[in-house]
Amino acid sequence: MSQARRIPELLVPALLILATAWLGLEVSTYLQAYFLDTLVRVAIVVALYVFIGNSGVLSFGTISFVALGAWTAGVLTVPSEQKKFTMPGLSHFLVTHTVGNVASLALAAAAGGVFALVVGLPLMRLSGLAAGIATFAVLGITYNVLTHEQKIGPGLNAFSGVPQTTAIWQAAIGGLICVAVAYVYQRTRFGRMLRAAREDPAAATASGISIHRQRLLAFTLSGALAGFAGGIYVHLQPLQVNGLYLDLTFITLAMLVVGGVGSLLGAVVGALALNGIYSFFSAATNTVDVFGWHLKVPAGTAEIVLGVLMAVVLIFRPNGLTGGREFSLPRRRRRVADLEKARATT
Amino acid sequence: MTLAFLNLSWPVFADALALGSIYALMAVGIGLVFGVLRLVNFAYGQLMMVGAFALAFGGQWGLPNWESILFCIGVVLALSLVMDRLVFRPLRGHSPAVMLVATFAVAFILQNIALIAFGSFGKTAGALAYLQEPWDIFGVEIRKIAIVAIATAAVCLAAIQLLLTRTSVGLHMRAASMDFGTARMLGVRANRVITGAVLVSGLLAAVATLMLSVEQTQVTSTFALSDTIYVLMGVVLGGLNRPIPATLGGFSIGFAFGLLGGILPTNQSQYLPSFIFAAVIVVLLLRPNGLFTRATGAVERL
Repeated sequence: MSQARRIPELLVPALLILATAWLGLEVSTYLQAYFLDTLVRVAIVVALYVFIGNSGVLSFGTISFVALGAWTAGVLTVPSEQKKFTMPGLSHFLVTHTVGNVASLALAAAAGGVFALVVGLPLMRLSGLAAGIATFAVLGITYNVLTHEQKIGPGLNAFSGVPQTTAIWQAAIGGLICVAVAYVYQRTRFGRMLRAAREDPAAATASGISIHRQRLLAFTLSGALAGFAGGIYVHLQPLQVNGLYLDLTFITLAMLVVGGVGSLLGAVVGALALNGIYSFFSAATNTVDVFGWHLKVPAGTAEIVLGVLMAVVLIFRPNGLTGGREFSLPRRRRRVADLEKARATT
Repeated sequence: MTLAFLNLSWPVFADALALGSIYALMAVGIGLVFGVLRLVNFAYGQLMMVGAFALAFGGQWGLPNWESILFCIGVVLALSLVMDRLVFRPLRGHSPAVMLVATFAVAFILQNIALIAFGSFGKTAGALAYLQEPWDIFGVEIRKIAIVAIATAAVCLAAIQLLLTRTSVGLHMRAASMDFGTARMLGVRANRVITGAVLVSGLLAAVATLMLSVEQTQVTSTFALSDTIYVLMGVVLGGLNRPIPATLGGFSIGFAFGLLGGILPTNQSQYLPSFIFAAVIVVLLLRPNGLFTRATGAVERL
């Protein structure tokens, strides 16, 4: 396939993100909050995809990297004089050191990547159920430590005083960076080797691919993207550790599964589509008007709808809405009769 | 009479044994279904949560205690069957990871339905709260629930063992968990075995619910959520494939939690979950098949 045909694979997800951002600019400030959330979640889902999609190994750990990224970027950007009041238990080093916005995002990505590398080094030997449980344990540890450890953050309290720098374009750029990195990665030989290992581990090993090394690379990259997304997230709203645990894990996993685990397009489409639905039902907790109908639903409806969608997709369309395929332009198919004629002549 | 090292005392020891017993019951419930379906049921805790609400409603309607308890058991069994029919059956044959994700979805659906229906404060289930009172045993005050939980677990586990080894349904279950395909070819009826396992698992969930409701009389949508996570860890720790290792794994986690939670000061015991999770990771790395199982040969090839 020529390189030119490949362009839409990156372009379409990118355009979808830009369109979302543009739509977010057009609506009221109240509704814009949902678009901001959506763009951040797209980044998280893409981070999730980089590992799960390419390796085919289940991981519940990604949100722990998001949380670490958020903690890194959050703690380092609150002005020093405020830290004494909002985070009284914070270690001296973190109180005295404060960095700018962009630097904090880079550090968040680095923190997520390093954490993923350290955790992945032993864990990437596992697969299937064992990998799922072990990464769940990582999530549990991260949640437990961030909840109680006052030296490195606000504990159970919400972050306060983080300069709010994530506006719609910053969020969109963050999403675009994640998509671009994910695309470039899956087009490199490393991405291809990992996907080969996903399809047939035995054949891949026989071809000289070190599955452990390739999985570790994807896990680290995914961790870095997740940390980066966490950094953007904490610059958007006062995050709390409870918001970075099971609920977010479930929501992002649902988005990836519904969109289609196997492709970048699936990750982006799933994230955008489910966020649309999720935002709608979240907004409907304070009444929305649909074609003149006043709709009001109790809190929690959004999660139920997501859960049902996820279960239905798993049962009836296990490869997700996109079927695990990237976007490609429709091609003229040769008819079967033509093919048979061609075969007969040779 | 005291166990006078650290802060360990007989009541703490008894409570730890009791928590271990309750977790052991849950572990068997999760392990039985895993045996026949290769499905790790993350929604097990939500099954128990619904049961606890049933118990609370029984109390609210003024039913006598034993009727509330029967109602709780009935609701849990019915929900187990519905879950099996609606979600587990269509997903049969998918990879364990996919099924785990699906039960994750079921868990969230049930939890949020409960949140909508009963609010974030939930309801009070006081049917068995009187078991909190202590009994005086040789001068040591031990809560009744500790004795009751240990005794109940012992009876249930013995019954399960008898069921698995002495009845034809049990034989079929064991055969199915060794090799489902071959078992079916030899005349084991798949649906019957699976329904049987789901029902027994549901019954155990109901019993565990009753025991847990003594301690947590305030039933909310997150009832038994963290307990289920710990038990899942314990089951994996012990070895998912066989009932006895799974039981031992669940028991160890509960016992460790009860004991360490009782003797450690708060500023250390708050990190207890981290240590348990870390232990699970280490065990998974060293013995992917679990602590209490014999290592089985090479990687499974199909």
